Amino acid sequence: MKATRRVNIVATTVLLLSMAASMAILHAIDHMRRGQVAQQALYLSSPTALRRMSLGYTGLLADIYWTRAVQYFGEQHHAGSGDFRLLAPLLEVTTELDPKLVPAYQFGANFLAPKPPSGAGLPGAALSLMKYGIEHNPDQWRLYYNLGFLYYTEFKDYAKAADAFAQGAKLPGTNEFMPILAARMAQHAGEFDTARMLWFTTYQSTKDAQIRENAVEHLLALQVDEDVTRLEQVIEKYRQQNGRLPASMGDLDRAGFIHGTPADPKGHPYKLMADGRIEVENPKSILFITKGLPPGMEPPQPVHKPQPSSKSNSK
Amino acid sequence: MNSRVGYIAFNTFREAVRDRVLYNLIAFALLLSGAAILVGEISIDIERLVVVNLGLTAVSLFGVVIAIFIGIGLVSKEIDKRTLYTVLSRPVRRWEFVVGKFLGLTGTLVVNTLAMAIGVFLALLYVAHKFEKMDVWVLVALYFIVLQFLIVCALALFFSSFSTPLMSAVFTFALFVIGSLAEDLRGFARITSGLGGSIATAIAYLVPNFSALNVISQVAHGDAIPGRLILYNSAYALLYAAMAISGAVLIFQRRNLK
Amino acid sequence: MAAIEILDLEKSYLVGFWRKSLKPALRPLRLTIEEGEVFGFLGPNGAGKTTTLKLLMGLVFPTAGTARILGMDLDNPRVHSEIGFLPEQPYFYDHLTARELLNYYAQLSGVPAKERSARVEQMLARVGMSDSAGTQLRKFSKGMLQRVGLAQAILHDPKLVFLDEPMSGLDPMGRREVRDLIQQLRHEGKTVFFSTHILSDAEALCDRVGIIHQGELLGVGAVADLTSQTQGKVEIIFYAPRVPADLTSLGAEARVSGDMVNAVLPEERQDAALEVLRRERLRLISLTPVRSSLEEYYIQKTRPTEAGKEKPVETGLAPSQTRQSAPQEAPREEGQKQNRKGVGV
Repeated sequence: MKATRRVNIVATTVLLLSMAASMAILHAIDHMRRGQVAQQALYLSSPTALRRMSLGYTGLLADIYWTRAVQYFGEQHHAGSGDFRLLAPLLEVTTELDPKLVPAYQFGANFLAPKPPSGAGLPGAALSLMKYGIEHNPDQWRLYYNLGFLYYTEFKDYAKAADAFAQGAKLPGTNEFMPILAARMAQHAGEFDTARMLWFTTYQSTKDAQIRENAVEHLLALQVDEDVTRLEQVIEKYRQQNGRLPASMGDLDRAGFIHGTPADPKGHPYKLMADGRIEVENPKSILFITKGLPPGMEPPQPVHKPQPSSKSNSK
Repeated sequence: MNSRVGYIAFNTFREAVRDRVLYNLIAFALLLSGAAILVGEISIDIERLVVVNLGLTAVSLFGVVIAIFIGIGLVSKEIDKRTLYTVLSRPVRRWEFVVGKFLGLTGTLVVNTLAMAIGVFLALLYVAHKFEKMDVWVLVALYFIVLQFLIVCALALFFSSFSTPLMSAVFTFALFVIGSLAEDLRGFARITSGLGGSIATAIAYLVPNFSALNVISQVAHGDAIPGRLILYNSAYALLYAAMAISGAVLIFQRRNLK
Repeated sequence: MAAIEILDLEKSYLVGFWRKSLKPALRPLRLTIEEGEVFGFLGPNGAGKTTTLKLLMGLVFPTAGTARILGMDLDNPRVHSEIGFLPEQPYFYDHLTARELLNYYAQLSGVPAKERSARVEQMLARVGMSDSAGTQLRKFSKGMLQRVGLAQAILHDPKLVFLDEPMSGLDPMGRREVRDLIQQLRHEGKTVFFSTHILSDAEALCDRVGIIHQGELLGVGAVADLTSQTQGKVEIIFYAPRVPADLTSLGAEARVSGDMVNAVLPEERQDAALEVLRRERLRLISLTPVRSSLEEYYIQKTRPTEAGKEKPVETGLAPSQTRQSAPQEAPREEGQKQNRKGVGV
């Protein structure tokens, strides 16, 4: 058995070693090519050509591109790169291949429009995507919701938003808040309750984890904004009553304006500043807040980590 | 060192070259390169793009088909049809047979790719009227395609060592398709948790990674390919082929030939 | 040193959809072949002849037992330098020419480069394929393929030659040539082990035969020994319009065919029978002792028996009738098989 045994031993060794080594190299290649797969979306200048090339398997290809879009966004978001330039092409290819892939439109509405680093900063692209989606799925209430949402959050065009919500409200299976949102657009567009209802509807109407996470963050921010506004109104009332600013939260409490020590949604008490403003204990911990910030500070965005210069990856 | 392996390889090559199936497929691929010229002329400014894209895709796809056909024909059928009896009754070790076949097969495919590549370059010359610096990368893309073939041949041999000709062809082709989506599979594995994620990861790493070897779109746009990728891909293809071949040897060593 | 030693070699296959049941293809086989012997391995289809050959070639691995060729274990690669193999219904590389094929095989067998082309031409001539040497094998007829197969089996001058059904598919001319070749190999001192189910070939060529049936070796021995059982009977053929009554009273079994009568009777009545013929002035054609042929021995061995015990060979039929009914036997050449004490004619 000697000759055969030797061959067996050599072959087994080669097998195991090459298996391990190939997996290691694969890992390295993967690392090099991170995001390359998504890159290919850039090369698809003609979606109709792609459709033809897919030989009829458009559904599968659409699903693949949709998966890539979600992964791409997740990776970029996680890495804090703030760079989502491939999101638009990916979503466009996806919806071109399968116009009925509704989640793609929702994703686009939530993440294409906002400015970096929360999103791709392309409200125009988001808008045309929504319109394209509605054209191909006229009875999907979610798409009208997304359209209205876009008009409200990015374009501040409350009339068009109202219109969109109203149309969506008429469709089968529509969310209960749609007609209310439509109504509120007219008079109460700028109010906290409206915005809250909007983000809550977003949260309700999707199963996507990333959209939900984003909605929750916005809801928390709204809470802070509302709290700070009300607290500052209370402080103004106190000043009018007592001719001076309150020295501490305790003053307000004793005066009966508030109960206990108000805290932000993260549990940290609001700080009363010397000039009568309210500030959040840790401004960077709550995203998107517009109130309760030190003067001159911009609303905190998702963390932006500047990337090491990627030489070969991006075009 | 081992002249028998060389003799087997050369004989495999000779047998493949005389088989007319090869020529039909090459002719078809060349036809496609020619067609690419026509297609390119429909849309201005992207002639080069279309020629490279269509031409290289044809080389790649037809090459895989050829690799599978010939791989199965030269190995699986040989085992099935008892041609092997007279070979193995000689002082030829079973592993020499496997390795010799592999070398002959890949040699055939390299020559075959060369033939098809000439077609692509001629088409390219025709539409662009001259060669540009970025055409060098087309050569790299072709090299990667040859690496793909290396893996496909190794897989065809692996399956032939224990399976019938038809099933070997089916398995090899299936792995080619899955391997082309390997990167997506790995991405999917990354975002899945639990048992499903582990299984997906295991599969995603064992399956041959063809997506990294496909640089056709980049090359069509004239992008450079980083040297490190060339190095890694070469190593990967060689290692993966070695893995499949050693598996084939191990299985074939103990196979009872019907 | 024995050329081939087979020691309890056994092979079973796993069959069935789930590969669970064991089907024996070869029961423990014990057999020794001496150098220079021509050994015939006889048996019906599926008896285990090919399995035995494949085991010896190392194409298939035994379930149990071992074998040695020229004193070496089967997995010793040097064994293959000394043996040549012609499989049943060989199939070769379609697109090679006969010359290229033999050259390839010569390369694989380690024939030195200098000698190769000379040796190849020599072999081609020996099997009568010199004219077709440059034709691609896919154009060859079955007989031509068989000849090429023989050529590749002996091309490297091996000490042992293994042939699986070497005569199959050949016309009588081809079979004659193969027989001649085997005779030549024997004269060269080579050991030949071949399997066949054509008994006349085995009778003519082999020093010894073995009969295998359903995986079991049922009998081994020299042809002469196996067929030496005379029946103690004689067969008389003579011209007569009908069977003489006196002959029947002697206990002869006779029948008429045309103007001849064919009678079989016990040996001791031989003289009495001849006396009858002389008395009635009948012309004798031939008088032959009845020998059991190899065919009868074979049929006896391979007939399904109740308890495996020996069944006496039936002699109800006149021997010439049995002989004539065998389809696979070649037309008789003179001086070949029957000891005919031809008298008269």
